[in-house]
Amino acid sequence: MRVEGHIAMPQHTSPPPETRVALLRTMLRIRETEERIGASHLRGLTAGSMLHLSIGEEAIAAGVGLAMRDGDLFTTHHRGHGIFIARGADLDRMMAEVFGKRDGYLQGKGGSMHIADIALGHMGANAIVGANIPISVGGGLSAKALTPGVVSVAFFGDGALQQGVLYESMNMAALWHLPVAFVVVNNQYGMGTRLERASASLRFVERAETFGLVAREVDGMDVEAVYAVAQNLLEQARGGQPVFLMAHGYRFYGHGRKDPSPYRSKEEEQAWRLRDPVEQQRVRLLEAGALSEDAYEQMLREAREACDKAVAFATASPELPVEDLYTDVYVEQEAN
Amino acid sequence: MATMPYRDALRLALHEEMTRDERVVLMGEEVGLYGGAYAVSKGLLDAFGPERVIDTPISEASIVGVGVGAALTGLRPVVELMYVDFLGLVMDQVGNQAAKWRYMSGGRLTVPMVLRTQGGTGRSAGAQHSQSLESWIMHVPGLRLVMPATPADARGLLTTAIRSDDPVVFIEHKALYALKGEVPDEAEPIPFGRARVAREGSDVSVITYSRMVHVALEAAERMREQGVAVEVIDLRTLNPLDLDAITASVRKTGRAIVVSEAHKTCSVSSELAVLIYEHAGDALRAPVRRVAGKDVPIPSAPALERAAVPSVDEVVEAIVGTGLGKERAHA
Repeated sequence: MRVEGHIAMPQHTSPPPETRVALLRTMLRIRETEERIGASHLRGLTAGSMLHLSIGEEAIAAGVGLAMRDGDLFTTHHRGHGIFIARGADLDRMMAEVFGKRDGYLQGKGGSMHIADIALGHMGANAIVGANIPISVGGGLSAKALTPGVVSVAFFGDGALQQGVLYESMNMAALWHLPVAFVVVNNQYGMGTRLERASASLRFVERAETFGLVAREVDGMDVEAVYAVAQNLLEQARGGQPVFLMAHGYRFYGHGRKDPSPYRSKEEEQAWRLRDPVEQQRVRLLEAGALSEDAYEQMLREAREACDKAVAFATASPELPVEDLYTDVYVEQEAN
Repeated sequence: MATMPYRDALRLALHEEMTRDERVVLMGEEVGLYGGAYAVSKGLLDAFGPERVIDTPISEASIVGVGVGAALTGLRPVVELMYVDFLGLVMDQVGNQAAKWRYMSGGRLTVPMVLRTQGGTGRSAGAQHSQSLESWIMHVPGLRLVMPATPADARGLLTTAIRSDDPVVFIEHKALYALKGEVPDEAEPIPFGRARVAREGSDVSVITYSRMVHVALEAAERMREQGVAVEVIDLRTLNPLDLDAITASVRKTGRAIVVSEAHKTCSVSSELAVLIYEHAGDALRAPVRRVAGKDVPIPSAPALERAAVPSVDEVVEAIVGTGLGKERAHA
């Protein structure tokens, strides 16, 4: 497989034991929540016919997410549930949003592809590929002016690697020495188009370096590797040196939950599933004696209970009344 | 009251608001060292420094995106788009991002950003630097749209725009920058959604905005010589739109002409004409007439450029066409 072939696996020291466990717990929480959202979608409980799951990409969300600090800003692409969970999303309100309900983060008006919570630094999931990237640079501009030490992270998929705004944005971040991190969640496919079919060159790290960014790539199935490289990069970003991280992973489901992925082989899918990031970390911690079977079972039970609670909360929440169709178009609504 | 050009009135508002609120930053192509393509921001770099008057590369889509992101996180950016014709480059950030976040987030996010730009004809700048694209903006819920016609309004409306928590598209007119007028000594924000009666009259209402206000006033002066009292309504803001002022004027006069520099088809003038029929149709004594830009790309040749947009003669002709002036004299 291309990815393993060309990543120079950096040597990294393991994070402290509690962090290693936290990384697994976060990934498990993402996995269980996403599976539950997917199941709810198949039962017709979520709003609409579109649903993009990040199952398989948990190590990137958890690794970068836990390397970030309170107060840091971020935006995501349309496949952003996992990243938001890693940054502390309230599962009840997130589930309610995906269900299109009043008690969701956005009162149901935004939906799965637009979840945001500025209190947690989330400037918004975006459904226009690449559009969140300059917005994150704007977050970096605010951070530099108002809250030094804060870093602004743009998460986007490999599909955005061919959008012009990415390169405009990398240039501006470097030109103005902004605390911005560009994180590519490379799941190999922009919808059904494999990266090799979309880009004439695969030298993305060099591309970013050309713009003046510090750039690295990492095995996005290894959460500890992602965490280590993200910690290093984010510290550089905080000092005004923008950074770029290409994390290679895979999306276990299709583009949408119901997409049967005819554009890729079952063998390829199976090979990636054998490197399941959650399972890898579980085995690693058990073998190292850093986690007991009982503790793992307890962790899994807690993740599932949180999902039960979130689904119950979302199911019980009503839809926003139709009278609220016109609210929040403007702040100064009375002027209309 | 001081007399100053439209350009200086805009600069005054920028200077005042940047002094008043440290979160206000100005960014765009050539806004700093060059002083702005139309010299609006001249001197502001010296006054406020490069952290607040930010020269950008030519990357319009991302400049507006950076503005949206900065506005979401505590700054109050005034982003300059050098020509309104460049809207094509930035429409995703304007229409899908700035306009949507407030609503899409159920009120959790706000985008207090001003997108300052300029449009219109008058410099033989050709088809890609002379357009009037306000209908592109007016079509999108979530964006305020301001088009000042005078120095006093330029200053007072820009002040309101910068203080607004909503995204505001502020379209100046390139042929008005040198226009002089009286401006109050103190900063007085002019509320959005309040049209101005630029000239009172009882026979016919001319509803217009931006540079066409001056064309309408000249036509009104010419009609006065024929004994026709023309009322000229300067809308000032197209979103919010002062529908009450429009209907009150039309109900008073019973006749309405809409004048706009923009192309006629699917335009602000179309919208205004229909609104007049819907809200004051019963009071009309003649059909609404529109005097608008021709449906052609704006040519560079001066005579052709002038022919592509409404003239005083055309406004006079439209007024006469409602049964006033010469024709009435013949009756």
